[in-house]
Amino acid sequence: MTEPLLSVRDLRVEFPNRRGTLTALDGISFDIAPGEVLGMVGESGAGKSLTGAAIIGLLEPPGRIAGGEIRLKGQRIDTLSPEQMRRIRGKRIGMVFQDPLTSLNPLYTVAQQLVETIRTHMPLSEVDARKRAIALLDRVGIPAAARRIDDYPHHFSGGMRQRVVIALALCAEPELVIADEPTTALDVSVQAQIIDLIKEICAERGAAVMLITHDMGVIAETADRVAVLYAGRLAEIGPVRDVILDAAHPYTRGLMGSIPTLTQESDRLVQIPGAMPRLSSIPTGCAFNPRCPEAFDRCRTERPVPLDRPGGRQVACWLAAKESAHG
Amino acid sequence: MADPLLQIEGLWRRFDVSKPWLNRVIEREKPQLLTAVADVSFDIARGETFALVGESGSGKSTIARMIVGLLGASEGRIRFDGKDMTEMAPSDLRALRRRFQMIFQDPFASLNPRWRVGDIIAEPMRTFGLATGAEAATEVARLLETVGLSARDAEKFPHEFSGGQRQRIAIARALSSKPEFIVCDEPTSALDVSVQAQILNLMRDLQDEFGLTYLFISHDLSVVRHMASRIGVLYLGRLVEVADAKALFRAPCHPYTRMLLDAVPDLALSGRRRKPVSGEIPNPISPPAGCAFHPRCPAMTEACKQAIPAPRPTATGMAACIRLDMAETAAR
Ligand SMILES: Nc1ncnc2c1ncn2[C@@H]1O[C@H](COP(=O)(O)OP(=O)(O)OP(=O)(O)O)[C@@H](O)[C@H]1O
Ligand SMILES: Nc1ncnc2c1ncn2[C@@H]1O[C@H](COP(=O)(O)OP(=O)(O)OP(=O)(O)O)[C@@H](O)[C@H]1O
Ligand code: SF4
Ligand code: SF4
Ligand SMILES: [Mg+2]
Ligand SMILES: [Mg+2]
Repeated sequence: MTEPLLSVRDLRVEFPNRRGTLTALDGISFDIAPGEVLGMVGESGAGKSLTGAAIIGLLEPPGRIAGGEIRLKGQRIDTLSPEQMRRIRGKRIGMVFQDPLTSLNPLYTVAQQLVETIRTHMPLSEVDARKRAIALLDRVGIPAAARRIDDYPHHFSGGMRQRVVIALALCAEPELVIADEPTTALDVSVQAQIIDLIKEICAERGAAVMLITHDMGVIAETADRVAVLYAGRLAEIGPVRDVILDAAHPYTRGLMGSIPTLTQESDRLVQIPGAMPRLSSIPTGCAFNPRCPEAFDRCRTERPVPLDRPGGRQVACWLAAKESAHG
Repeated sequence: MADPLLQIEGLWRRFDVSKPWLNRVIEREKPQLLTAVADVSFDIARGETFALVGESGSGKSTIARMIVGLLGASEGRIRFDGKDMTEMAPSDLRALRRRFQMIFQDPFASLNPRWRVGDIIAEPMRTFGLATGAEAATEVARLLETVGLSARDAEKFPHEFSGGQRQRIAIARALSSKPEFIVCDEPTSALDVSVQAQILNLMRDLQDEFGLTYLFISHDLSVVRHMASRIGVLYLGRLVEVADAKALFRAPCHPYTRMLLDAVPDLALSGRRRKPVSGEIPNPISPPAGCAFHPRCPAMTEACKQAIPAPRPTATGMAACIRLDMAETAAR
């Protein structure tokens, strides 16, 4: 791999509270190469959004990074001051969230918001910034951009608003875009357009993308590699094809089997019994062991360490470790 | 149809979305009507799962709410087991209501947070005078076990449960009046895939056990394919295609159905390319003339703008498109 654009090592995020400390992310490590799309999947509460928030320095107190390192092009960013971090956000790291209305201010026109963001990060005159904003809106597929730019966010449909947010996230040409459930609130037809758009634009500019979603279909189509999170830990990471078609971790296998598809004929879906544990009661050993059909003694006492496997994969599972030791 | 349990005929629902009267007079605006459901007809056979699909705002929930009586129809008939509910005396209607129930998308909003789970589940039983006291308690315990919870859970409050467990409680509650027909409006859309699998499997088991008939609403076509025996496709309040589930996925007839299918992300990594869809749903207050799908349709011709296409018979149902055969060639 060339030097990673983003490198996360042993990230640990904690929430101190009256009764003690909840560990929400524990030992998360991954890299994203320039131009790469890394998908991040997992059930609700697995820690996907938290990982994104930790990277861009937007953890909500009392949440805090309690360990590990985050580097952007080799430079530590988890130790920067809030002021320094603010300059990186928007400029070097762009963000797209699920609900476009949270990223857009309802009181300002799209033009005002885009021009301001562009001018914060680039030495452009008002007129040039506006030209650039119109070009961007045009690029993300807003029809009649020169006219629509003076509308307020609520004049746009959900899909169009998400396009505006993407334009906003891309306006300073960031090196990394973190997209947290960018299509979850949208219709499938619009979803497909937005995914294509994110992919195209990032490829065009060589920007890397961290795509957070619980929708495996979106990951399958968009990502180069995928990381599977479970209870704040990394279960498995690898090229998207390998992870989806030949999952190594029992949790990933269960997750894949539980999703109905358009092509498979089956009467029953694979069922993972139970639910993901709360942060306050993460089982000892492998966090997945009470739900795992393959669990054995070691799983209940010792936490599996992530092991490298051929093809750039990594799996944290004792069974997978045993299998690769034998094979 | 062999044995229809529910028959919908020429159903309409309009909403008045005008500004307040005074503003209207001052601004000289006409009253504005939004047609959420337009001339919808379909039958649901006993024991089958009929699914309604379509993009956001296509009228799925509005139809569901009219069927269960949460909303009046502007026009049209709803027959349940041969009886016209739109013309029924209130007392007869009440007796009929026991026989159908509804499950909503949001298991958080649909359960009263101040009631114990046992009371929530027993409520339909009490309302319809099916059971009281100890008898009701036994029945609640049985229902909780049927949906994979424990009899002890009757004592708890909804907030003590996860999203998937709450949806199980909602299902137990729906079953408690011993209904034959259940309207499920996005029953798993708020749930994780693993929990969704548990709930979908449960719903199918219950259908086998009690011979239930479902109206199943979802915007997720993969889920619909897994659950439905027949499918109706809605666009801007109109039914554009009805077909057997297998036929619909194998050979969709209407260009809109094909567009929806093409937009589903491909999990099997078969290399199938999604065709990017152009455009979004138009404003429902002033839908495009003629076939409302024409601004987005790859097979559109001038004739499509002239009149609303009438339903035409297809192999297993109907499709409302004037160029059924042509549309197929254009999409290839
Ligand atoms: N302020 C907080 N205090 C305590 N716990 C928190 C806080 N914020 C998040 N958490 C916990 O951290 C865990 C991870 O949350 P996160 O939002 O990252 O999940 P996610 O994977 O993005 O899920 P979703 O798919 O629901 O968005 C959850 O268990 C959540 O309850
Ligand atoms: N009470 C109401 N007043 C005015 N308009 C309404 C009302 N209820 C629904 N509508 C409108 O009717 C149309 C159909 O809405 P409906 O909720 O049935 O759609 P849906 O297919 O269920 O969509 P979704 O997938 O978003 O749930 C929409 O345009 C909606 O805005
Ligand atoms: S470590 Fe053990 S319990 Fe955990 S996933 Fe692997 S086999 Fe299952
Ligand atoms: S009637 Fe015309 S516009 Fe409508 S779906 Fe058919 S071909 Fe397309
Ligand atoms: Mg999240
Ligand atoms: Mg709805």
